[in-house]
Amino acid sequence: MDFGVMQSYLPLFVDALWLTMRIGWEGIVLAILIGLLCVIIIHLRIPVLRHIVTIYIEVFRNTPLLIQLFFIYFALPKIGIRLSPEFCGVLGLALLGGAYMTESFRSGLDNIAAIQTDSALSLGMTRWQTIIHVILPQAVRSSIPGLMANLIFLLKETSVFSTISLMDLMFTAKDLIGMYAKTIECLTLLVIFYLIMLLPVSLIGRVVERRMRYAEFGD
Amino acid sequence: MSETLLTINNLHKTFGEKVVLDDISLEVHKGEVIVVIGPSGCGKSTFLRCINALEDIQGGEVLLDGEKVRKDAKNISQMRQRIGMVFQSYDLFPHKTVLQNITLAPIKVQKRDKKDAEKEALELLKKVGLEDRGNDYPRQLSGGQKQRVAIVRALCMHPEILLLDEITAALDPEMVREVLDVVLNLAKQGSTMLIVTHEMAFARAIADRVIFLENGVIVEESANPEEFFEKPETERAAKFLKTFEFERE
Repeated sequence: MDFGVMQSYLPLFVDALWLTMRIGWEGIVLAILIGLLCVIIIHLRIPVLRHIVTIYIEVFRNTPLLIQLFFIYFALPKIGIRLSPEFCGVLGLALLGGAYMTESFRSGLDNIAAIQTDSALSLGMTRWQTIIHVILPQAVRSSIPGLMANLIFLLKETSVFSTISLMDLMFTAKDLIGMYAKTIECLTLLVIFYLIMLLPVSLIGRVVERRMRYAEFGD
Repeated sequence: MSETLLTINNLHKTFGEKVVLDDISLEVHKGEVIVVIGPSGCGKSTFLRCINALEDIQGGEVLLDGEKVRKDAKNISQMRQRIGMVFQSYDLFPHKTVLQNITLAPIKVQKRDKKDAEKEALELLKKVGLEDRGNDYPRQLSGGQKQRVAIVRALCMHPEILLLDEITAALDPEMVREVLDVVLNLAKQGSTMLIVTHEMAFARAIADRVIFLENGVIVEESANPEEFFEKPETERAAKFLKTFEFERE
């Protein structure tokens, strides 16, 4: 293994890391918002919309991100919608993630007894106030484990961004291998950089989960 | 008799095919304490839940001060503010402190000043002996303490009537007392209450009127609790009350 080469590649990988993280986190924040919105629609059983949400979840959970990205990046321009690669990446991740986030929020919501809603309503709270102040805070808390798993899953999924010519970590590694054939060095760097991006998330996730469990059961 | 606060006319409630409440009518006067007793599954809890429209009703009407309480009415939130309810399983909000539990609705629903709401909450907590627990979370409290907080939470909205749904049924015996004492105090201060309970001694002590409900109908109603508990008029009520007595063979 040629460490000199690896060192010379470092700046490229650092740039790629920032791009990957930026798109990743932008996508994830949007995914969480989409998830919250969808779970509210499901919870309130809003007609028509909730069926649309169900279809959306099934479609995006049961097709690969790669195909979703291809649709957004290659198929949409054919009907006149042209988006930048970066925007496509964020959008693809947000839509895929939104479907998964909805599912984890929903399982969190199912854990909350219906009587919590009753007790909020009996205090004169509106449906909406009940959701915002009573139901969602609890649902989000109890979906933390699922949410954390989704974060890691989505950050890993960013590796398919290279297919729509985004200069992410994967793209950079493939590009360098293609040009200089330093396969081992590049792949090692790739693994290291993914670990740099994901290990902290895993660790934080574990701490948060432990604190949540403590908060719930007290000891 | 003082003025009528709550009127229930021919209330009819079904769950699918099953008739849960059949043609129930009742008038509750201001300051009156009505205790509803009856075997499990007789519809007592459902009856209370229909009053503040947590349940749909299939017939009849509930009137508070002459105004209809309807689940799909625009003003249902306002109506429910005037009807406090405490549940068997306390149902405090686990993610909020005691003080936040009590002040959430006054602040968000009644748009009261946070400081005022907290001040009143603390005064009420003091009355139930929990003034030093305001910053605790529900999980740090015993069942009896949680239930006292739940009562305070309902009171802080200044309801005109309180519905208490088997509020001691989930408690250990030594905690039942501390909760019932709070309710007795409320009765003394003239609160209007509709109480569902299995505590017969308590019912006897607090009731202005007793209603015996069975299979969704009012079997017996008595404005003289002493007499009712000693010598009920109907055989079914007598049989029910008998289940609470123990005799040496």
